[in-house]
Amino acid sequence: MKKIFYVLLFSTISIFSAKSDIVVSNWDGYSAPDIMETFQAATGVKGEMSFHATNEEIMGKVTASKGEGYDVLFVSSPFAEALNEMGLLADIDHSKIPNIENFYPEAMNLDFDPGNKFQVPYAWGTTGLCYRSDLVSKAPDSWDDLLSPDDSLKGKITMLSTDRWLLSAGLLSLGYSVNETNESKLNEAKAKLIAAKKDLLAYDDTTFYSKLVSGEAVMTHAWDGWCNYAIWENPDVKYVIPKEGSDLWIDTMVIMKSSSNIDEAHAFINYILDADVAAWTINNILYKVPNEKAMTATAEIADSFPNMGMSVSELSSYETLKDVGSAAKLYAKTVSDILSD
Amino acid sequence: MNTIKNNILILPGVAWITIFLFIPCLVIISYSFFERGVYGGIEYNFNFDNYNRVIEFTYFKILVNSAKIAFLSALIAIVIGYPAAYFIHLSPKKYQLILLFLVMLPFWSNYLIRTYAWMVLLNNQGIINNTLLWIGLIDEPVKILYTQSAVIIGLVYNYLPFVVLSIFSSISKMDHNLIEASKDLGGNSVNTFFKITLPLTLPGVAAGFVFVFVLSIGNFITPDLLGGGKFLMIGNLIYDQYLSARDWPFGSSLSFVLISIMLLLLFVQAVLIRKNS
Repeated sequence: MKKIFYVLLFSTISIFSAKSDIVVSNWDGYSAPDIMETFQAATGVKGEMSFHATNEEIMGKVTASKGEGYDVLFVSSPFAEALNEMGLLADIDHSKIPNIENFYPEAMNLDFDPGNKFQVPYAWGTTGLCYRSDLVSKAPDSWDDLLSPDDSLKGKITMLSTDRWLLSAGLLSLGYSVNETNESKLNEAKAKLIAAKKDLLAYDDTTFYSKLVSGEAVMTHAWDGWCNYAIWENPDVKYVIPKEGSDLWIDTMVIMKSSSNIDEAHAFINYILDADVAAWTINNILYKVPNEKAMTATAEIADSFPNMGMSVSELSSYETLKDVGSAAKLYAKTVSDILSD
Repeated sequence: MNTIKNNILILPGVAWITIFLFIPCLVIISYSFFERGVYGGIEYNFNFDNYNRVIEFTYFKILVNSAKIAFLSALIAIVIGYPAAYFIHLSPKKYQLILLFLVMLPFWSNYLIRTYAWMVLLNNQGIINNTLLWIGLIDEPVKILYTQSAVIIGLVYNYLPFVVLSIFSSISKMDHNLIEASKDLGGNSVNTFFKITLPLTLPGVAAGFVFVFVLSIGNFITPDLLGGGKFLMIGNLIYDQYLSARDWPFGSSLSFVLISIMLLLLFVQAVLIRKNS
């Protein structure tokens, strides 16, 4: 939490210091450390990078300031949707982003924003099970392997506690949509997740992969990209999407309507979509990107990290998390019920 | 003239508290009467809904459970801290300062680092479990980390120095002739402690108790790290409302309820001290 404080402090300082053409806010480490220098060298536009630790943190800042102070944000898709609904986002002008032609056709037709009108996807992936193939007796293939585990796995499992993904595990195991808003269906998922809690080692959103490497946990509820960090340290770690399916999570880039340098903001997004720049993300963050040209150029990474080779048709067959709108209070309460039981 | 000078001295402090404590608290209180917009943010329609939500079973249960954990932590801290403070008081003067310094020493390191250290200690393959296994006291690791006990251990550890210091200061102020008088009049050690020492040091005990309780009930890092996120306390709930749920008005009403509990306790403590002196 101290870290968040420093991030806040430094991002505040960075806004008020050097005068830049654009201010971008991203998760720390989610793009190349020298991205602003190389961007300036390539385009002549001076940009300033600030960081947020979570979607919610940057949401808090821009909703309080009506977007003032930022030009481009990196946020997950439900947050892009909410920002759009609040009228804070500028329209994306595709003529100013020629590199968008590097995209897979599927990336131009996302169900929450067909035609990429208010956001441009940055990276995408799935949520499934990340496990130690050498320590489980049977490879998991269902959400029920996580929620009602074999006796040998009890107490050695972690789950994500971030509201949407926690509930998704329960909803998917029941065959429901990850965006379900029906109260009785949510209650069914809740009951299942509460029952699963007694077999958990812990809820862990940030260090589960190191627990997996140390063997403290043998099966974790994980994002594919993060599972790669465990695979990187121990090739016995495997990732599987349960047969009931996954969500398709998408981190996006959006331009604030309040920006006074809309053209430069587009230039930045165009730069990110350059195949070489996108390849940095693939090789260093181990996340899949919607950039076909970059994915093709780095295809050999799938030899070490099999989930990087997941086909786009499989990826886009999963449902994207959407902002649940007026069901948000119900979601929050359901999650509190689970975590406090 | 002198009073004006004195008043000027207090100005920076008052200004600081007004700007950085009093006004933000007013903002929080005012937010608590509004409503979350469909996509986050605040809708300014005055109502008391958030306070009705606080007493809904889901949330009230969390409040009660947090109070229980905070109460246990404070109680354990007193039981451990009182003898320690008494021991320091009985030691020769020249060692007292060193001992008090040692009590304060943990504060020189970061709270998070100390909490992570406990994760290393309490782990199934951690130092405590390995030592117990090695001695042969246990046959298989005891599960401590990610349980409610781990949360309480973490809270007691972190706030124990406050208890030792506040009780020590009470014991030091006590008139020792009273203890000798009690013994002269035939009181044994147990009697003397419960009839003379404890009542006279009660203000220190109360201060220490309130310190630990207030700091524990609002804590969200320890339940998250040592409890493995499985024990939601009111601090975590508020954190979640501001961050994941983006429901600032509800988070504000929860904060206000928490602040009220703390103020009430501080008030009770102040009354106790006044009665005693």
